[in-house]
Amino acid sequence: MSTGSFENWAGNILEIGPIYPFVGSEFILFLAGMAFWIAWQIWQIGLEKRTYNQEKQQFGNAEVLRKIVGAEDPKNP
Amino acid sequence: MDNELSSLVVIFTEFYYWLTVVLMFLIHVGFCMYEVGASRHKNHMHTLMKNTMLIPLVTITFFFFGWWIYFAFPNGPWITGGITFEDAMQARAWDPLMGAHMGGAGDPGGWARINGVFWAAFLLFSWTAASIVSGSVIERIQSGGFWILAVAIGSVFWIIDAAWGWHSGGWMVRLLGYHDAYASGVIHAIAGGFALGVLAVLGPRIGKFAADGTPRNINPRNPWLVTIGLFLIYTGFWGFYVACNVPIWDVQDGDGVFFSATNIYLAPTTLSAITMNFLMSLAGGLMAGYWVSKGDAFWTYSSGLAGIIAASAGNDLYHPIQAMLIAIVGVIFMYNTHYFVERKFKIDDAVGAVAVHGYAGFFGVVIAGFMLWGYPSSPDASFASINPLGQFLGAIIMFGVLGFLPGWIIAKILNGMGLLRIPHEVELMGLDMAASIESQKEEQGIIDAEREAIAKLGN
Repeated sequence: MSTGSFENWAGNILEIGPIYPFVGSEFILFLAGMAFWIAWQIWQIGLEKRTYNQEKQQFGNAEVLRKIVGAEDPKNP
Repeated sequence: MDNELSSLVVIFTEFYYWLTVVLMFLIHVGFCMYEVGASRHKNHMHTLMKNTMLIPLVTITFFFFGWWIYFAFPNGPWITGGITFEDAMQARAWDPLMGAHMGGAGDPGGWARINGVFWAAFLLFSWTAASIVSGSVIERIQSGGFWILAVAIGSVFWIIDAAWGWHSGGWMVRLLGYHDAYASGVIHAIAGGFALGVLAVLGPRIGKFAADGTPRNINPRNPWLVTIGLFLIYTGFWGFYVACNVPIWDVQDGDGVFFSATNIYLAPTTLSAITMNFLMSLAGGLMAGYWVSKGDAFWTYSSGLAGIIAASAGNDLYHPIQAMLIAIVGVIFMYNTHYFVERKFKIDDAVGAVAVHGYAGFFGVVIAGFMLWGYPSSPDASFASINPLGQFLGAIIMFGVLGFLPGWIIAKILNGMGLLRIPHEVELMGLDMAASIESQKEEQGIIDAEREAIAKLGN
């Protein structure tokens, strides 16, 4: 039993072809990879939106912003 | 792979491209250092993550569809023919030759040992294209929006231009006599044009322009990091140059054989030639940069890169002193164009990427048309020869049609969806500030706990 398309290296190596496991599943792997990529992008955009909203609520008022910008000002630490 | 000599050629070629990939990795270490050094303290981590995460996203999408585009679209399609499905078989993401493979009957084209390393070399160019855009938009772009743009330039638009103008059968090479051996236009002009399109929609950082429109310099916060980053980009650029060649190829037209290195169009050149030209154009660029910027470190280092880019289109054939002089003129052109565009159109290109890559790349493609006028663009004698008009049209296609236009359109769409610019308040506080305040609170908690523990000991 082997998950690959061969069980030993004997004979003509050229007849083996692909040496990764589960040969024949490539298109399903491709679809799974594409789905993961698109899902990740959608999740990340949602996460970023929530983060900005939260930051705006917490620190977005003029007084806090003045303090933060003031901390960067060498004349007005 | 059944005799020592032919096996040696195949395995050497496989190792050759693998080595270029390792060297080119340094370009991205350099880009990360450069961008972080150029950003303000309140944006360091966001800047770093924005650049870092383009690496996996462009990698997987270049595997899924980018690589296939290169082999499928040399005819346009529908300019000199249709989609070349047969030639692109080994580049489909689900083809067995995209995995570990021993060759043989399932590999009539002999791709088993070259496909992966060749894919990786092109992929590192893809990262470069996306990284060029990344630097120009720092401190005000949303990460998610940027990563969509990175996939567009890295896995779609640059590889379309490579199929058109950086492929031995590309329609631009065939009809226009387009010649761009080390990618002045194919990587740099397109990425610079794309960045400019995005910047036109994104807008400048708060405070970049005074109320009367006068631009202010937002200088690099860590000049050391910026300059070391640029040194690393130079280092990686060696791998970039070498990856643009085919190491061993029979270039004899007619009877007999003659093995040589070739450029991407399979026309002969030597590693020696490109090594001298690389160094002489780097030297010309550095000296011109120091001259025009009056010794400004940021522009001097950037001009070294711009000098190489300005000479790259013809660096397979130029004399080293020609490469140096072209670099000098290219740097003067890109430096002045940068400040003209900044003043006139209020474009905030945070690291000068549009100038260094876009304007210098555009210049490099155009100047090659004059310098190499009448040279064969390909070993195929039926192809147009290199000429100024073909190169000028090529530069417009790279910078404008496949660069600026898609960048502007996609940025417009993202902007309409609220995915381009970060909220005003977040830009003011800095992209890392909230995380930094949280982290300070946690550290304070730990210090308080430690003080309590000390107090208990004292009792």
